[in-house]
Parts: sequence; C-alpha cells; structure tokens
Amino acid sequence: MPLAELFLELGAVILALAFVGRAAGRLGITPIPLYLIAGIGLGAFFQLGDAPEEFIHIGAEIGAVLLLFTLGLEYTSAELRDNLKANRSVGVLDLALNFTPGLLAGLVLGFSPLAAALLGGVTYLSSSGIASKVLSDLGRLGNRETPVILAVCVLEDVAMAVYLPVMAALLIGGTLAAVGVNLAVALAAFSLAFFLALKYGHVLSRVIHVQSNEGLLLSVFGLVLVVAGLADMLKVSAAIGAFLVGIALSGEVADRARHLIEPLRDLFAAVFFVFFGLQLDLGTLPGVLLPAVVLAVVTSLTKFYTGWYGAARAGVQTRGRVRAGATLIPRGEFSILIAGLGLGLAPTLGPLAAAYVLITAIVGPVLARFDAQIAPLLDRRMRLAGVPAAVVPTEVAPRPPLAETREPRTD
Amino acid sequence: MIRLDETPLPGVGVRHDFDGRFGKRVGVITHRDGRREIFVARRDDPDACAQSIVLSEEEAEAVADLLGGSTITRHVSKLTQDIEGLAMDWVPVSGLSPYAGHALGDTMMRTRTGASIVAVMREAQAIPAPGPDFPLQAGDTVVVVGTPNGVVRAARLLGGGE
Repeated sequence: MPLAELFLELGAVILALAFVGRAAGRLGITPIPLYLIAGIGLGAFFQLGDAPEEFIHIGAEIGAVLLLFTLGLEYTSAELRDNLKANRSVGVLDLALNFTPGLLAGLVLGFSPLAAALLGGVTYLSSSGIASKVLSDLGRLGNRETPVILAVCVLEDVAMAVYLPVMAALLIGGTLAAVGVNLAVALAAFSLAFFLALKYGHVLSRVIHVQSNEGLLLSVFGLVLVVAGLADMLKVSAAIGAFLVGIALSGEVADRARHLIEPLRDLFAAVFFVFFGLQLDLGTLPGVLLPAVVLAVVTSLTKFYTGWYGAARAGVQTRGRVRAGATLIPRGEFSILIAGLGLGLAPTLGPLAAAYVLITAIVGPVLARFDAQIAPLLDRRMRLAGVPAAVVPTEVAPRPPLAETREPRTD
Repeated sequence: MIRLDETPLPGVGVRHDFDGRFGKRVGVITHRDGRREIFVARRDDPDACAQSIVLSEEEAEAVADLLGGSTITRHVSKLTQDIEGLAMDWVPVSGLSPYAGHALGDTMMRTRTGASIVAVMREAQAIPAPGPDFPLQAGDTVVVVGTPNGVVRAARLLGGGE
C-alpha cells in the first residue's frame, strides 16, 4: 500500500517537526537547527520509503525556492537601491570580515577552492529571518541600532543574489572556456532580470493583481516556479529566479502575496532543512565539531565587529552597538542553502555547516539579551586601551548615572 | 515645531521619532501591514526602547482621535469665549437617551432649555437645520447653541436627566 506508506511516513516526519518546532518556541530559539538535527536523526535511525523520500526531495527544492522568493518580497526595490548607496562601507566591511574566515578555513581543512568559497558564503550570511524575529519579539524595532542591522541584512541579500548565480555557474564546471561562458550567461541573465525587476516590477504587480486570494496564490506560486525553472535552464540557479520575482512584486500585491505564501514557505522550508539533515551522516558530526566551534567563535567576533562598526557610525552608544553585533551573529537558512550546493564537493561541508549554524543561532540571541552586562566590560576595555569610549554625537545627551535612573527591564 | 526624524526600516516599514521635552526619545513605527507601534526610549540607554505598544490600524485611529481631540475642544472653548454669552456644544445621543428613536420635536428643547438644535451629525455627515419631525437615532451627535447654562441643560435633557 504505497499511499498508506506515503501518508504515514510523511505525517510522522511532519509531526516530529511540529514537536521540535514547539520545543524551540519554548526555549526561545529558532527551530532551524532543530529541524536539521531531526533530519540527521531521521536519516540515521529510520529508513523512509521511496515515495516519501521523493516527496521530501521535491519539497526541499520548492522550499529553497520559496525561501528566496519571500526574501525578495521582504524588501522593495527602493529599499535595495537606497541601502546600496547609503551603507556601502558597512557592507564591504561585512563581506571582507565574514567571507574570508570561511574561505580560509575551507582551504585549511583541505576543501577544493570551490567548496572553500561555499564555506565563505556560509559564514558570510547572517540569518535575516532570525534577526528580524529577534528584533520584533524583543520589541527592539524602535531602537536606534535597528536600521543598521536591517541594512546589513539587505546588503547581504544583494550580495547573495550575485554570489548564487556565480557559484551555480562554477559548480557546473567543465573546461575553463565552458565555465567562462556559463558565468557570462549567468551574470548577463541575472543583470537583465534584475534590471527588469527593478524597472518594470510595478507592471508585473498590476498584471498579476486579482481580488480573490486563491487566484493570487495560484498565480504567484505558478509564476515563481516557472521563473525558477527558466533560471535553472539558464544555469542561473532556480532560487535566484524566485528571488527576482520577489523583488519585482511590489505594493499591495507583495503584501498579500507575503501573507498567502508564508504558510507554504514555512512548510516547505521545514522540509528543506529536514532533507539537508537527511543527507548528512551522523558519524561525521563529531569530527567537524572542533572546526565548527573555532569557526563559530572567529566569525561571531567578526560579525560582532561588523554590527558594532555600523552602529557606531550611526552614533549609537556601547550597549546598542553590542546589541547590533550580537543580533547579526546567527547564521541560518541561507547558510544551509549554500552548504547544500556543495554536499557533493566536500563530504564534511554539510555537517560542518549544520554544527556551525546550530552554534551561532543559539549564541547570538543569547548575547543580544545581555547587552547591559557586556557593554560596561567593553567600555572599560576600550578605556584601558586608550580608545575614546564612545564617539557620542552632540545631540545625544550624555548618559546619566545608571543607579538613579534604572528602569525595570521590559525585554 | 518638533524636529521629527524619518528612518526607513527595510522589510518593516518607517520609523518617525523625536526627542521629547521630558528627555526621552519618542516615536511611532508604521508597519507595512498598517499596524502602528508607539515606543519610548529608555533613559539610561537612549538607543533602546523601554516600552512599545502595538496598535492595530483601527486602534491607532482611535488614539490619534483622542490625541487630536483635545485640540478641537480647546478651539471650541476659545470660540465660546469669543462670543460673549453664547455657547455651543456637541451632544452625543447614546442608546440610553430617552429620545433615541423619537422625533426631534418630542424633546421640546427650546421650550425647556432655551437652547436650539442647529444641526445633527450622523455618520460623519452634517444635517443642518433639522425639522421638528426629524427622527433622532442612537449614535447621532446634536449640535446645540444657546446660553452656557442652556447648553448644559440641553445635554442633560438628551442624556435623560431632565
């Protein structure tokens, strides 16, 4: 009875995910690393039938596409343009500080240059999903450092939009000339589509607009899959095609599409993380633990500094800088997405990325809660080192003594 | 004039804030889905929010009305001072009023209080100079003009006191 088997096994997997998701909610952490662990456990201890396995595989591909689509929806083209102009220096610092450690670590671990470049991508991308969840859950949207955090996320997404098609072209491999042609085609197709999305997105939004939710859901989902398929045919990477559709949609259509696609995205993204975990071998995890910890420590520091620098530029004081740095530490969905590209290249890349995401996703939000404790330590360190404690802009009043004005913490 | 800063929050909406006279930063975040979030900064850490309140679009309108309403009342009280001896008031007709559902003439407003009904506001629409057979409804607001004393008595009459 293949149908019974399909439903039973899929249902069991999804119920298991519901269970870990609720546990994560109770603990106040993101469920992504737990989904990965669930996937690893599933692969190690159970043997899924062919039909459920196939569904999970296809579901995972759809999940990756939807993750990027909703990311594209998240930001309007104006926001992308403005941030590219205003926060370029933070973006460049972010890229230099956080891509390099992953790349170097990959080379030290004996990865091929391509796999090392993928590991660079893994360490580079902060999880905008985790960051925005932390910001809204802790009521920090009104904080002064928040625009900086969001700006870094936006710029990383733009960088990823260029990085993914390049990597996709390189991964096809072949002779040097063939790689060059693939690369040129990929970049040309991407730039053209990006230009069209920015320029004519509103036309697409008007055409696709319908009153009924059902009609809109079907048109958007269909369009995303078609463009993703086309992008894959051009070797640009399906996910980037979806990302561009997300950027092109704007206004009311984008708002409604976000609400309509969200449940689908949550379902398929969870399947995506499970599928990633399924492909990993439990036995390889202990071996990558040490490199993962070292990499997590180093890139937590570099990411922390990125946020610190950006917040300092915006005239934010020490505590806010600590929060900005710590909020950017978690890596998440996109690191896993990138690691997934290179599972065939280096056998340890997958487990390394999984352990790494697990560590950073837990450390970051915890650090961000202890800003009041960490900031005085850093202030003292800086004073000892002879660095002026804070470049406080004139319009910000000097901080009054803590003891008198301390208010009950609400976060 | 308060200097209001506008900061776009990518993926969230827009933030408007200003440094309040009492030494704390105050602001409103307009989420893209229409929700508003009012926040006030901490005194010991001006970069952080001490407290924030999320309002639905409807609630935000109500709060805006409340905040803006006080300026309207002030205008009205100024108006009554300007014309000596003449008062004007907006009297709501609640569901408890004995005249909800009755014709306007039944109130015998002018005879009893000396104040005149010059208009009835219904659903943001003004009906000027309504006749005596105009039916009042719960939810209407009656605009009354008269002596200050008469206006107070008119309000009491419509509320069911007299």
